[in-house]
Amino acid sequence: MAIRESLSGNEAIALAMKQINPDVLPAFPITPSTEIPQYFSQYVADGLVDTEFVTVESEHSAMSACIGSQAAGARTFTATSSCGLALMFEMLYVAASSRLPITIACVNRALTGPININADHSDTMGARDSGWIQLYSENNQEAYDNFIQAVRIGEHKDVMLPVMVCQDGFITSHAVENLELLEDEVVKKFTGEYEPEDFLLNVQRPIAVGPYDTANFYMEHKRQQAEAMSNAKKVILEVAEAYKKLTGRNYGFFEEYRMEDAEAALVIINSTAGTAKEAIDKMRMEGKKVGLIKIRVFRPFPFDEIKSALQNVTAIAVMDRCEGFSAAGGPLFVEVRSAMYDSLKRPSMVNYIYGLGGRDVRVEDIETVYNDLFKIIESEAVGQIYRYLSVRE
Amino acid sequence: MAYNFKSEMNKPERLTGGHRMCAGCGAPVAVRGVLRALKEEDHAVIGNATGCLEVSTFMYPYTAWQDSFIHSAFENAGATISGVEAAYNEMKRKGKIKDTHKFIAFGGDGGTYDIGFQSLSGAMERGHDMVYVCYDNGAYMNTGIQRSSATPKYADTTTSPIGKEINGKQQYNKDLTDIIAAHNIPYVAQTTLFKNFKDMHEKSKKAIYTEGPAFMNILAPCPRGWRYPESELMEMCRLAVETCFWPLFEVINGEWKLNYRPQNKLPIEAFLKPQGRFKHLFKPGNEPMVEEIQKEVDRKWEKLLIKCGEPFELGI
Repeated sequence: MAIRESLSGNEAIALAMKQINPDVLPAFPITPSTEIPQYFSQYVADGLVDTEFVTVESEHSAMSACIGSQAAGARTFTATSSCGLALMFEMLYVAASSRLPITIACVNRALTGPININADHSDTMGARDSGWIQLYSENNQEAYDNFIQAVRIGEHKDVMLPVMVCQDGFITSHAVENLELLEDEVVKKFTGEYEPEDFLLNVQRPIAVGPYDTANFYMEHKRQQAEAMSNAKKVILEVAEAYKKLTGRNYGFFEEYRMEDAEAALVIINSTAGTAKEAIDKMRMEGKKVGLIKIRVFRPFPFDEIKSALQNVTAIAVMDRCEGFSAAGGPLFVEVRSAMYDSLKRPSMVNYIYGLGGRDVRVEDIETVYNDLFKIIESEAVGQIYRYLSVRE
Repeated sequence: MAYNFKSEMNKPERLTGGHRMCAGCGAPVAVRGVLRALKEEDHAVIGNATGCLEVSTFMYPYTAWQDSFIHSAFENAGATISGVEAAYNEMKRKGKIKDTHKFIAFGGDGGTYDIGFQSLSGAMERGHDMVYVCYDNGAYMNTGIQRSSATPKYADTTTSPIGKEINGKQQYNKDLTDIIAAHNIPYVAQTTLFKNFKDMHEKSKKAIYTEGPAFMNILAPCPRGWRYPESELMEMCRLAVETCFWPLFEVINGEWKLNYRPQNKLPIEAFLKPQGRFKHLFKPGNEPMVEEIQKEVDRKWEKLLIKCGEPFELGI
């Protein structure tokens, strides 16, 4: 029986963590993810979980303790945002290359420079090449569902990679929404126990983790890691299928919203997809053929699937909630555009940098993007490829 | 049981031979000295900061470590091993593991005094049941002898070189052992490779088998950085102790205890002179620098004697 509840995104994540009942949770507070360890510490204080809660002195130490703990054989979670993820940067690579399926709840927030605490994807996009699987969430329900699935994806023997479950700071982390929860026992059964083949505390077979690796072996190790990321694609879909059986909720690499005959499409990550859906419904009433691809899985990148989903569209706007400073577009744009290179009818494509540092994105703003795409279709001229939405020039 | 040098040395080594550390290096000798204090039936997980010890003992696909071992980065041996310890507590509580494990992290002075200082401080404050061992060779030896906050004043290193205007490192070394003692943890000790290793052995045993966090600072000379003949490793350590450059003491639950008092405290020249990194101090005209070092050694020694409740006369 599904449980109906009204929770913030942070609370939904903390609750998913509680239901899974991890062995170890090292964490350091940072806005807007702070509430996650706060809620969790209360579960610990009230004896509702068995977890060792390690109150580390920094995010670097949080990820380092996660590495030690997961390598020791314990299921380990943490949560962070923005500069916290940036401080973990070095250790993210170590976690992934050591094949440790740690799960992190990342509440997206702008990276400092200047300091800003609001939604922006510069933090997790900066970590996109660290070897972590990345799942993104439009709303609180997806954040909850993604977190539960993440554990099973990462720990699968063909994958053994850490997973980052992302949602937008404040917009979903602090906003309360209605969602459907699973019962504790159902979650526990779904996620099972963490049973690694090798772990530090296995007295039958002591192991050494984290070698000095010479040019003789480093490349093969990277190849194996890349192979695991490829394997994750199959596993992500299998886990989504199993989850659908429990919940009826459907998850894939991305969601296609009213794409069936769309001429103009947007590609979006996280909460702005909700705003875009509003705009789409409104414009569809006006007879405009508009649709949306909402990315759920950014790592591994669903290269072929994106191409198939977008190949019949005439014009596409890829929306990046972070700058890449390449002077040629954001990270999502570059990858989607690359995926479309091999399509027979190569659609016109533009990139919008939007919502940086929490800049509000309204339904009307999304409508202007679709209208720009229709202008491109009518004039058969793309014009400026790399654009900004709602910025004072 | 009383310490028996012969039987200790006959124990199977938990850091095996065949590792790639230099001849005359104090670090592997220190590691073995510490690990010998483990009960043979107890398992250990060894943590290691990036440094000479790590890259020389665990080069894929070979490891010299008999116990489980984890290295993750340079600045986080404290945090990494605290994660392992947290996992152990939880897995033991759940009945997933039954044996006793001990948690020992090793780091050089770079990974401990400097880049890993925060991670170490955090781990000590949180109270994990672990031992952190610093093998202090007084510089970043792995990257090629750059100065650290453990480098003694006036030492010649590749980032505090001897020049026409400046004579080596301009600052005194940091008193890390004192700083860790200020964390009010149950056990803190300073030792080195000395005589029959009894001092190191007994301290290691206390550190490992005292519940809660423990810290050991072990002076572990480096023949490349200090520029002494490889065969003189033990002599370097002896001179460090006999000149009171590196006193042997421990702090048990806040009680300071001196473990060795030289009968004839040697002048600091005895320690400085055999080392190439201090060669410039013995050029005519540089006598005031040696005198300055002597004064600082005396000042610290007297301070230590007071803390340990030892009688002292100025200048002795």
